[in-house]
Amino acid sequence: MSVTPDLECRGINKSFGQFQAVNDVSFSIPAGSFFSILGPSGCGKTSLLRMLAGFSEPDSGEILIKGKSVKGIPPNKRPVNMVFQHLALFPMMNVGDNIAYGLKRRKVSAQEQQRRVADVLERIGLPGIEKKSIDQLSGGQKQRVAIARCLILEPALLLLDEPLGALDLKLREQMKIELKTLQQTFGTTFVYITHDQSEAMVMSDQVAVMNHGRFEQVGSPQTLYYQPETPFVAGFVGNNNRLSGQVIKTAKDFIQVSTESGHIFHTSSSSILETNTAVEMFLRPEAIHIDRDSDKSWQNTMKGRIDNILFDGGNSQLLVRDTASPTQMTVALPQTGKYQKLRQGEIIKLGWNAEQSIAFKAG
Amino acid sequence: MLKLTGKNLSFYLLLMPLLLTLGLLIVLPQLDMLGVSLRERISYGEYKFSFLHYTEFFTEPLYWNTFLRTAVMSIMATLLTLLIAFPIAWYIAKVAQGKNKKLLFLACLIPFWVSELVRTYGWMILLRESGIISGFLQWSGLSSGPVELLYNDITVMTGLIYASMLFMVVPLVSTLEGMDDSLVEAAYDLGASTFTVIRSIILPYAMPGVISGCIVVFMLTLGNYLTPTLLGGKHSLWFTEQIFTQFITRFNWEQGAAFGVLLLTLSSLLVWTGLKLSGQSFKQAVAS
Ligand SMILES: Nc1ncnc2c1ncn2[C@@H]1O[C@H](COP(=O)(O)OP(=O)(O)O)[C@@H](O)[C@H]1O
Ligand SMILES: [Mg+2]
Repeated sequence: MSVTPDLECRGINKSFGQFQAVNDVSFSIPAGSFFSILGPSGCGKTSLLRMLAGFSEPDSGEILIKGKSVKGIPPNKRPVNMVFQHLALFPMMNVGDNIAYGLKRRKVSAQEQQRRVADVLERIGLPGIEKKSIDQLSGGQKQRVAIARCLILEPALLLLDEPLGALDLKLREQMKIELKTLQQTFGTTFVYITHDQSEAMVMSDQVAVMNHGRFEQVGSPQTLYYQPETPFVAGFVGNNNRLSGQVIKTAKDFIQVSTESGHIFHTSSSSILETNTAVEMFLRPEAIHIDRDSDKSWQNTMKGRIDNILFDGGNSQLLVRDTASPTQMTVALPQTGKYQKLRQGEIIKLGWNAEQSIAFKAG
Repeated sequence: MLKLTGKNLSFYLLLMPLLLTLGLLIVLPQLDMLGVSLRERISYGEYKFSFLHYTEFFTEPLYWNTFLRTAVMSIMATLLTLLIAFPIAWYIAKVAQGKNKKLLFLACLIPFWVSELVRTYGWMILLRESGIISGFLQWSGLSSGPVELLYNDITVMTGLIYASMLFMVVPLVSTLEGMDDSLVEAAYDLGASTFTVIRSIILPYAMPGVISGCIVVFMLTLGNYLTPTLLGGKHSLWFTEQIFTQFITRFNWEQGAAFGVLLLTLSSLLVWTGLKLSGQSFKQAVAS
């Protein structure tokens, strides 16, 4: 017998007037996992999360939490808690009262409240700050207090609505790791929504990519990265060079595409494509090899002039302009020291194999 | 030592007009009032220091009964205004959008277009025995004879609340508008019932607005003259009426002044008690 998932959604729809914000969304989340919903702003993430929390009801479809339908159950009776975008810590209460708020509503004794608040503060690494007021906390501390306020209630699901959005970059990087660690120590199922693909990739066991109210693909971060199923996923998850062209030949494992820039490339494809189909080809900057002099052979090569070197430590990139066309390619620049001597204006050879790029039928 | 140099000096110079107005128009006359209240007229143009007018107040039951009645009615009017204004303010701040919001705000303001005197006479046209409501009740057969709706406490209370509404709604709207809606949702999400959300989140958040609204409404009601006199008639027993009688009818300025000082003391005392009870400081209430 399979274990009941913590959350199961079947065919959820939600419209605001004529506008369909959430469109036939189905998924399930196994207990104890970190699940992210990733999509651009306005794609319906918050609308979906609010239905899970009970702030709105789906027009159709079913939500099951731990196997039980939650239809008609208001937010204060659902076994889920939500961390709001701006955290919504109560400014007129101190940290201890904020965290104990839910326990108080459950009529837990004052002594027990105190013990559990101290315990949860210990676990989030902020022991003894019960008496501090909210505006004495730093951004990262507020974040952790907001999460502790929910986790102390031991919910079946913790919903998080872009909680790192308001933090600066450095802190965000740090909180990503902390959130993942918190999730693992508490073992609570997290449903995390974000428009930042790196947040979703780093923290999640499973990611759902959402666009225009629909789930485009659900899978592990690796699957989304290496086997995107739609052009949207290929373009949204990670960086990609995008080339348009036409299929001129199909073979068993790969197809040949003649691009608008006048090249012929071998590429893998997402589905079986006929010749003459218009396609879009996606090629990751980090999959392209820079070849200065070796005569190693690649299935695809391209000659280009270095337009710009964007040095950013481990994320450095080259902008390379094709010598035969105006196409510009972004190429990752490995910081092994080997390419330190590259200069702007230099002509280099780029190479990659067919399985490193993927073609989709152009929509 | 206070050094009047540069920036400091210009600050005090800028403050001067305000200090002068306060001093000349408020503090000085009140001090004089206190002086007048503490003297007794012996013969024409001859006075001596005495507490007579204060002892008079405490020995004549009519005076302190009126005084107590005014205080109790004012507190009631303040609380009722708060009770009615809170949902209205909530609606304006949180539910109404865009144009509706402005219209509703304007609707609260419009009664002040008409002077208080004219507005109160308007009420009298509606409520008196030969008035519109009485006429309608007779016409529709709900009443067989003319109905007098004026000259009772309920009418006075209604008039006072009506005149105070705006001064409660404005501070409430401005504090409630500053509240992030997700605070309410978060409380609800953490298991609170609607009642608990109001008690533990909305009210504490709105407290500074509640306090400043209550102070203004209470002061205005306590010192109101027209509404209780016109709507309550001869028996309205409002303390400002006593003051008016002493000053104008009886020409007893000393007694009137004593009453004035007592009224000021009473209102200060009640406001202070209110602040203490609600655990707010005057500074917080003023800042909202
Ligand atoms: N209460 C609402 N009434 C009308 N439209 C709404 C409402 N809530 C959200 N929308 C619309 O639904 C779309 C999706 O919104 P939302 O779920 O907040 O997106 P996301 O969180 O992904 O940015 C947006 O275009 C938004 O304008
Ligand atoms: Mg959102």
